[in-house]
Amino acid sequence: MSEIILKVENLQASVSGQQVVEDVSFEVPAVGITALLGRNGVGKSSTIKGILGLYQRQGNIIFDGQPIQGLLTHQIVQLGIGYVPEDREIFSKLSVEENLRIAERDKNPNRRYVAELFPDIEARKAQTGGSLSGGQQQMVSLARALINSNKLLLVDEPTKGLAPKIVTEVAVALEEASKTVPMLLVEQNLEVVRRLAEDVIVLDAGKVVYTGKAKTLLADEALTQRLLGVHSEGA
Amino acid sequence: MDTIILLTITGVGLGSIYFLVASGLSLIYGLMHVLNFAHGVFLSFGGYIGYEVARIIGIETWTGFVTACIAGALAGGAFALLTELLLIRRLYNRHIEQVLITVGLALAAVALFGGIWGHDSIPLFGPEWLRGTTGMLGVDVPNKNFIMILGAALVLIGLQLFLHKTRYGMIIRAGVENRSMVTALGIDVRKSFALVFTIGGIVAGFGGVMASYYFNYISPSLGQSLLIFAFIVTVIGGLGSIGGAAVASVLVAILQQFANYYVFGTGDVVVVVLLAVVLLVKPTGLLGKKA
Repeated sequence: MSEIILKVENLQASVSGQQVVEDVSFEVPAVGITALLGRNGVGKSSTIKGILGLYQRQGNIIFDGQPIQGLLTHQIVQLGIGYVPEDREIFSKLSVEENLRIAERDKNPNRRYVAELFPDIEARKAQTGGSLSGGQQQMVSLARALINSNKLLLVDEPTKGLAPKIVTEVAVALEEASKTVPMLLVEQNLEVVRRLAEDVIVLDAGKVVYTGKAKTLLADEALTQRLLGVHSEGA
Repeated sequence: MDTIILLTITGVGLGSIYFLVASGLSLIYGLMHVLNFAHGVFLSFGGYIGYEVARIIGIETWTGFVTACIAGALAGGAFALLTELLLIRRLYNRHIEQVLITVGLALAAVALFGGIWGHDSIPLFGPEWLRGTTGMLGVDVPNKNFIMILGAALVLIGLQLFLHKTRYGMIIRAGVENRSMVTALGIDVRKSFALVFTIGGIVAGFGGVMASYYFNYISPSLGQSLLIFAFIVTVIGGLGSIGGAAVASVLVAILQQFANYYVFGTGDVVVVVLLAVVLLVKPTGLLGKKA
């Protein structure tokens, strides 16, 4: 049994007064990638935002042995959580270099590591974020999370809306990053999940309905179809 | 032709005053989404403190004028910082309450200034050169316009350098675009809020001294009377855009000057029409970003 880096107990989250996560409990191991799966709108991104305090939430959240449910978002992130948001959310008017510099928290940020992992964005440092393609923006968003030595990454749909070639590049980058930092990965692309994830947590209607090994779930065609509404084979 | 030149230069001078009020307002709204109806009292307070300092040092001396500018800026900044820390900080994302508290503060501050300095305008004349004119392109331009333009240009350059060359400036630019993402990068955006409010207050306080020398008086309601034009300029320029505020300030003031002179004193009406046109054609303002 590996160590636990994140423990979520009875998490409820709401936005604008509407409850979007009902009662979610799960654990994220301190190594490898754990995928958070579910159909559209079941509360995966809301769960991530609830953990980070971006949404109003209740429940217990233990990160690296420390309760964080009472902390503000920036305090939680400063404990060592990197966040790659859905839809990338890079700053379109800032240059690529500024997008990276603003994310630097560590005294010695991993600039060289990021440059080696994403040579394309290294070459586009002077460009504004808004002038990049979707794939390049995703690279910047990932680089922003990897430039610090985090204890956990929360990665929300990193391949959403990307071309197949870019999806592969993103998967390679995540695979490489997962060697040094555990991740909680929200992902719809089951091929990416199959390639990267060790464990899975499946949400439905704001609640956890399945936890287990990724291989076990994806090998069970009927279960995958029932929980996720898609076929695991050919996905 | 002489009239056109004169109206243009005096328009730019008046636009400089608008810019000094609007730039802080625009930054504050852009980052914090706070509609600060008390912004004008930062200006009045800066004007009064500048007046008091100039009175001590010499109201008709350049030393008095420069010291008044510095003192007014510091006073405006201090007032703004206290406002943010004591009132606004508790009310983020509560827009109705923000409006109520800033309107209340503005009313209370105007009454307080009236109680301290009297409700009547206090005449204020600076160094002799400021009261004179300079021949330019065949017309005699009041010198104070040059000082206003210089002051606004220095503020514009200073703000741009701050926004583009410092880490806090970078955080503010990012925060204007996506505040929650700045927080999600581990940055305490509240510090930036306090800083932006203080900067807005510093510029407004400086603007208060400049405005009092431009209009040759200081009164409790001077800041609030300029605030309406600052709001218009901020919306026309694009919320959160300092460059937009600069362009819109000059545009609004020149238009106002020309309309007042050529169209039977309808400057204020024309400005409101311009605001309506911009809102209809480009609701994000001249240099604003899409929401």
